[in-house]
Amino acid sequence: MKVLYFAWVRERIGKTEEVVDPPPTVRTVGDLAAWLATRGEEYAYAFENPKVVRAAIDRSHVKPEAAIAGAREIAFFPPMTGG
Amino acid sequence: MAAGPVTVRLQREDFDIAAEQRRLAEGRPDIGAVVAFTGICRGGQEGTAALTLEHYPGMAEEEIGRHVAEAGRRWALKGVTVIHRYGRLVPGDNIVLVLTAAAHRGDAFAAAEFLMDYLKTRAPFWKQEERAGEGKNWVEAKDADQAAADRWKGPPRGQAAE
Repeated sequence: MKVLYFAWVRERIGKTEEVVDPPPTVRTVGDLAAWLATRGEEYAYAFENPKVVRAAIDRSHVKPEAAIAGAREIAFFPPMTGG
Repeated sequence: MAAGPVTVRLQREDFDIAAEQRRLAEGRPDIGAVVAFTGICRGGQEGTAALTLEHYPGMAEEEIGRHVAEAGRRWALKGVTVIHRYGRLVPGDNIVLVLTAAAHRGDAFAAAEFLMDYLKTRAPFWKQEERAGEGKNWVEAKDADQAAADRWKGPPRGQAAE
């Protein structure tokens, strides 16, 4: 599945997007964030406070307990500051 | 109830408020009120030298569209235009335009405020601020903006609970 990063999550990880293949034990968005955080210092830094990082599945906001099965595109980003 | 003709655009370039209002309301005798909100990059005492707006292409349009549809369910709207800029903006530059058209002003005022409150907290945009001598920092989300958006939770006005 494709994972996208925005704002300081993107800066900390150093990538705008990537394709990842998490193990089957990773079932929710929260699981995915926790799994990503184990992939290196830059990921651990981005997800150091997982409650702050928001997520979207296929361009809709979701909560950490949302299932990732069937998702094409999962995005992680800080709280939004538009308008 | 639909929101009438809806225009949602994300763009780098500036927008022309008068032209957008004409596009929305010209030749529409059913429209009696258009509320126009413009968000402007602020400088002044806060010392902002520039803002750079990042967005999530695709989701930003969809998320704004979802909130326009929700506004159309809550108020009797005759048309909505939302234009949000991205890229680097300096104090005095326009950031966002919300136009809401209705037969009467009450619906137009309420829908414009609702849309702005949701744009601030739910539309996937992030501001990075440059200050003289300080470099760049990501703007933190404000509790006041979340509280403003939270005001709209609960049953829409004028629709009694079942």
